[in-house]
Amino acid sequence: MAMTVDKTSRAPLLDQAPGDLLPAELLGRHDGGKEALPALDRRGFLKAAALPCLACGLGGAAVFIPRLQAARAKVDESRFVREARFYEKQPYKKIKCVLCPRECVIDDRERGYCGARENRGGTYYTLVHSRVCSAHIDPIEKKPFFHVYPGTTAFSIATAGCNVNCKMCQNWEISQVRPEQVRSVYLPPRELAALARQNGCKAIAYTYTEPVIFYEYMVDSADAGHAEGVKSVVVTGGYINRKPLEELCRHVDAIKVDLKAFSEKYYEEIVNGKLKPVLDGLVTIKSRGMWTEIVYLVVPTLNDGDDEFRGLAKWVKAELGPDVPVHFSRFHPEYLLKNLPPTPLKTLERAKAIADSEGLHYVYLGNVPGHPAESTYCPRCHKKIIDRVGYLVRSVHIKKGRCEFCNQEIPGVWGS
Amino acid sequence: MGSDRRVSRRSFSRWSLAGLLLPAGACRAGVEQRGVAGTSSPPERSKVVVARDEKVRSGRSRLDEARVLDLLDRSLQALYGCDSPSEAWRRVAGLGKVIGLKVNCLAGKGASTHRVLVEAVCERLQQAGVPAKNLIVWDRLSSDLESAGFRINERGNKPRCIGNDIYGYDSELMAYGRVGSLVCNTLTRRCDAVINLPVLKDHSIAGVTIALKNFFGAIHNPNKYHLNVGDPYVADAYMLEPIRTKARLHICDAFNVQYEGGPSYLPQWSWPYNGLLVSADPVALDSIGRRIIEEKRAAEGFPSLKDQKREPTYIATAADKDHRLGIADPGRIDVVEV
Repeated sequence: MAMTVDKTSRAPLLDQAPGDLLPAELLGRHDGGKEALPALDRRGFLKAAALPCLACGLGGAAVFIPRLQAARAKVDESRFVREARFYEKQPYKKIKCVLCPRECVIDDRERGYCGARENRGGTYYTLVHSRVCSAHIDPIEKKPFFHVYPGTTAFSIATAGCNVNCKMCQNWEISQVRPEQVRSVYLPPRELAALARQNGCKAIAYTYTEPVIFYEYMVDSADAGHAEGVKSVVVTGGYINRKPLEELCRHVDAIKVDLKAFSEKYYEEIVNGKLKPVLDGLVTIKSRGMWTEIVYLVVPTLNDGDDEFRGLAKWVKAELGPDVPVHFSRFHPEYLLKNLPPTPLKTLERAKAIADSEGLHYVYLGNVPGHPAESTYCPRCHKKIIDRVGYLVRSVHIKKGRCEFCNQEIPGVWGS
Repeated sequence: MGSDRRVSRRSFSRWSLAGLLLPAGACRAGVEQRGVAGTSSPPERSKVVVARDEKVRSGRSRLDEARVLDLLDRSLQALYGCDSPSEAWRRVAGLGKVIGLKVNCLAGKGASTHRVLVEAVCERLQQAGVPAKNLIVWDRLSSDLESAGFRINERGNKPRCIGNDIYGYDSELMAYGRVGSLVCNTLTRRCDAVINLPVLKDHSIAGVTIALKNFFGAIHNPNKYHLNVGDPYVADAYMLEPIRTKARLHICDAFNVQYEGGPSYLPQWSWPYNGLLVSADPVALDSIGRRIIEEKRAAEGFPSLKDQKREPTYIATAADKDHRLGIADPGRIDVVEV
């Protein structure tokens, strides 16, 4: 799941948004306002009250978001339903989904592992097209993209569902639920693109949950965004088959991959997935000329060994090249891994030291605001070329993709 | 759900007489069996009642209401070892003040819990003293219930009939083993006890879906737990406290058995078994139910579930030392045919 990398990039928990950001029809409840909201308990109230403040403090503007709900009123769900792509029909109304490596074989009236796609009479449907359960205007550094339009904002959205089930997921309340279990709004691609542009966002970010499961909506929105002059960036676990990934690369502008660990054991036990398809996907992304960055959430005792850090760094350098940024990010106890402590800073610094020593050029630390390793340094003259504190970009010394001090080419998507 | 059907004359007479002739608590000792999860000493043996009636259908496929009632009565009487069905039903009625009836309607008509059976259970419970409004028929989605012929009802002096999409899920994440889920409010907040009314079905991923797996319909994320043939997920989900402690009786609808092609309804592999499987032990019931499906599959020339790499190993897991939900060993299960 994409959002496990960053404590503060948790999807905002608001019931409704400030009305100045979205048209009223988008803010309105999809049941016509008749729905009786379940009462908030004290904890829920405090949570709901605190998170918008957190979001604003980070420079983001809360838009809207859901919480687990009982959808009492009849909802017209048909507008969210589109025939899915990347599936095969089988005898007796079964289908086989080939969007992600899980390749679920699904009986009639059943859903795939993601919970967002359903077999109806032998035809497979996505249930989440334009069904946005979380939206927020974030600094692009929060995704994190450190080599993509620094200092800009991304109109960040999610729909419910995910194709893995990470035990440390910080957005499990939207990623590990079915679409009908959270409040959502109808936000078709053109309106999404227009909103992003109107709010001055450089890009739309598909994030918080797992955009692979809302593939159709993501691709349509990316196209709509480009028509409005808005880029598209993807924040993903990279658990996707080659064919849809190759096509995705033709529609979006950058892809950040959460590489959860560098061991199959971790993927099996903690992620409920497999490592190899993710590595294969990274190679595919790179081979298509797509800009990519990698986040590695360092979880104490589970994926924090020297050998694993070294293996990862060697693999990145050999298969993707030394210029692919790697972010080692701090874990905070969440979801089903509340028994572990936050990652010690020393562990993160050890990971960086190992990756640096293996020859990676851009190794960052995440979720440690104020740490020098949040900033970008020229690999040639070693001067600070992007000065960051948290998500705040204080200065950029890159011109036309080159270091202002020594003219070294700095890889990334810098724009004009 | 309609609840105003009347008891047949024959049935009423039998019921009334039995109630008059026998004092409360007349059941034989030693037959009380229920899910034993969390107990340190599971019973030595479990009992599964298999009740069949070849004449249970009044038409080509329609179930005869009186015969369904009769099957139920005989089953419960045999399970509890009572001398009369009314006493057995009093035992059932005593399970809780508000009793949930967890049905399985995902497959729509044909491979879902029959409404006639549910109505019969409601009728008997009301006769045993449970107010209609204290009965809650529930499943995952209201639309699933409706597709199986139930009518959604939230109020009035009738049994409630609702999907989890109406009452929602508890906000506290519950976890056991490899499962972490929200449990539906119907189970956590509204019911004191649950009668489980699954269907006897083949399952293309988990091998079979009977009593244990029916409680996937109580959690918000069942789609996450079909990995590895559902093992240990089915057993782990059942260990969640509200399920483990409130599921007290299992009445499996085996009027039609989907022995291949499940969990969907595929009529070419639907077998009119014309029966019920009843037990207080969901593991024992699953073990016997699985055997029935396997035997039918063999008779029809289908490979075993094991050969198809979908052996329901979660049944044995549910009986292991970490779960203790019941008995899986057929040698320790008394099958009582009535």
